[in-house]
Amino acid sequence: MTAEPHLAHRAAPASTERPVIEVRSLWKKFGDLPVLNDISLNVERGKTICVLGPSGSGKSTFLRCLNWLEKPDHGEIFLSGKRIGYREGSDIPMSAKEIAVTRARIGMVFQHFNLWPHLTVLGNIIAAPLHVQHRNRAEIVAEAEALLRKVGLFEKRDVYPAKLSGGQKQRVAIARALAMRPELLLFDEATSALDPELVGEVITVMEDLAKEGMTMVVVTHEMHFAREAADEILFLDRGFVVEHAPPAQFFDNPSSDRVKQFLQRFVR
Amino acid sequence: MLQEFSIVLDHKDRLLIGLGNTVWIATISTILSTVIGAALAMALMSRHVMLRRAVRVFIDAMRCVPFLLLAYIVYYGLPSLGVRFDNLSAGIASLSLYNAAYMGEILRGAWVSLPKEYAEAGEAYGFHGFKLFHRIIMPSLVLAAVPVLGNQVIQIVKDTAFLTIIAVPELTHEASAIQSMYYVPFGAFVAAIALYWLICRMVEFVVQYTEHLADLRR
Ligand SMILES: Nc1ncnc2c1ncn2[C@@H]1O[C@H](COP(=O)(O)OP(=O)(O)OP(=O)(O)O)[C@@H](O)[C@H]1O
Ligand SMILES: [Mg+2]
Repeated sequence: MTAEPHLAHRAAPASTERPVIEVRSLWKKFGDLPVLNDISLNVERGKTICVLGPSGSGKSTFLRCLNWLEKPDHGEIFLSGKRIGYREGSDIPMSAKEIAVTRARIGMVFQHFNLWPHLTVLGNIIAAPLHVQHRNRAEIVAEAEALLRKVGLFEKRDVYPAKLSGGQKQRVAIARALAMRPELLLFDEATSALDPELVGEVITVMEDLAKEGMTMVVVTHEMHFAREAADEILFLDRGFVVEHAPPAQFFDNPSSDRVKQFLQRFVR
Repeated sequence: MLQEFSIVLDHKDRLLIGLGNTVWIATISTILSTVIGAALAMALMSRHVMLRRAVRVFIDAMRCVPFLLLAYIVYYGLPSLGVRFDNLSAGIASLSLYNAAYMGEILRGAWVSLPKEYAEAGEAYGFHGFKLFHRIIMPSLVLAAVPVLGNQVIQIVKDTAFLTIIAVPELTHEASAIQSMYYVPFGAFVAAIALYWLICRMVEFVVQYTEHLADLRR
C-alpha cells in the first residue's frame, strides 16, 4: 500500500468560504482584436468547469488570465478571496515574485505537455515543489512517487520525457501539476495533441480528479468528458459568454443557436 | 632531429608544468567566461533597452579587438589607470572577458531558438527571474549548444598561448623557453603542439559525452 497522494484541500466548503476562483468582468484585447469581453465566473471548491467554444474564441486566453500568464485589460480575479495581479486592497501591481507565489498555487496542464526536457520524469514532478515551494525533499519525492503510481507511470520515474508517448507525457504533466498541491487545476486542451487511442488514458485520470473533488477549469473538445465530469459549462464565442449552464441543460436544451450549431459537429 | 626530441624529453618537467598551467588557466577561464557569458545572455534577453544596448556594445567591442591587444591593455595599459594585475590574473581576466562575449552570443542564439513553452511552463509553476534561468532555461541552452560551446572552449585553450607575451608560464611559454635555451625549435614546438592536441581531444571527449547526455533527452 502506498500513501494516497495529497490532493487539493478537500474539506467540505464552509458556508462563508469564497469560491476558489472568482472572475469579475474580465476584458482583454490583443492590439485591436477584442479576445475576452466581460467574462465572469465563480468556481466553488471541488467543482469542475468545462470551457467550450470554437477555435479562436478566447478559451486559452481566458485560462491564461487565471494564472496571470496573460494580463487582462480590465476586471478582477480572486483566488480563494485574494486578488491576483494587484496588492491587497490597492491598484499597485504585484511584483514578479508575488505573481510567481500566486502561480505556484495553481497547476496548469498544457496541450503540448511542456515537460522540461533536461529533467527526468521524477525531476519534472519535484522541480517546483523543491525550488519554488521549498518543501522537504524526502516528503516531495515520496509524494511524487505516489502520484506516479496514481497515473500508472511509476516504472518511468527515471526516464526522460523524450522517451515517453504523448499520453504518458500528459499523465506526467498532470502528476507535475498535482505535486504542487494546487488549489486549482487548469487544463488547456490536454488531449488535443494526442493520438486518438491515447486520449482515453488521460481522460480517465482527469475524470478521477473531478470525482476526488479537485477544483478544475478545463478547456476541452471532449464532449463526453464535459457532459460526465463537468458541473458547469462555459461556452465562449468570439470572446463572449454565449451560454453558461449545467451540462444537462447545455447539451440537451441549449438556449442559443450558436451552441446548437457547435454541438452538431460533435454528434456522431 | 631525434636529438632535439631527446633534449626536449630531458626538460619534460618544464613542458609538463606549462601543460598544467595551460589546463588550469583554460579551465578557470572557461568557467568564468561561461558564467559571465550567461549573465550577458540574460542581459541581452532582458526587457531593459538600455541594458541590452550597453551589453551589445561590449560584445561587439570584444569581437573586434584582437585578443593579443586586449591582453596587452589589461596587463600594461590598466596600471596607468591605477589597476594593477599580476600576469596570471591579467591573463585569466582578459581570456574570460574576451570569451564571455562569444559565450554570451552563443547562449543568446540558443535561447532565441529555444521553444518558449519550456520557460512558460516554468513561469506557470512559479519560477521567475534568476531561478527560472538557472533551473529551466540554462540547462536547455547548454544541452542545445554543447557542440558550439565546445568549439569555444577549444578557442580558449588556443588563446592561452597568447599569454606568453605577458610572461604567463603556460605551455607555449615553456616550449619557447626550452627552444631558445637549447635551440631546439622543431622538437620543442612539435612537442607543444602534441600536448595542445591532447587537450583538445580531452575537450572533444567531454563534448561528446555531453552530446550523448543531450541525445538521451531529445
Ligand atoms: N499573444 C497573442 N497575440 C495576438 N493575438 C493573440 C495572441 N494569443 C491569441 N491571440 C488571438 O486571440 C484570439 C483568441 O485566441 P485563443 O488562443 O485564446 O483562442 P482559443 O479559443 O484557445 O482557440 P483554439 O481552440 O484554437 O486553441 C485568436 O484570434 C488568436 O489569434
Ligand atoms: Mg487554445
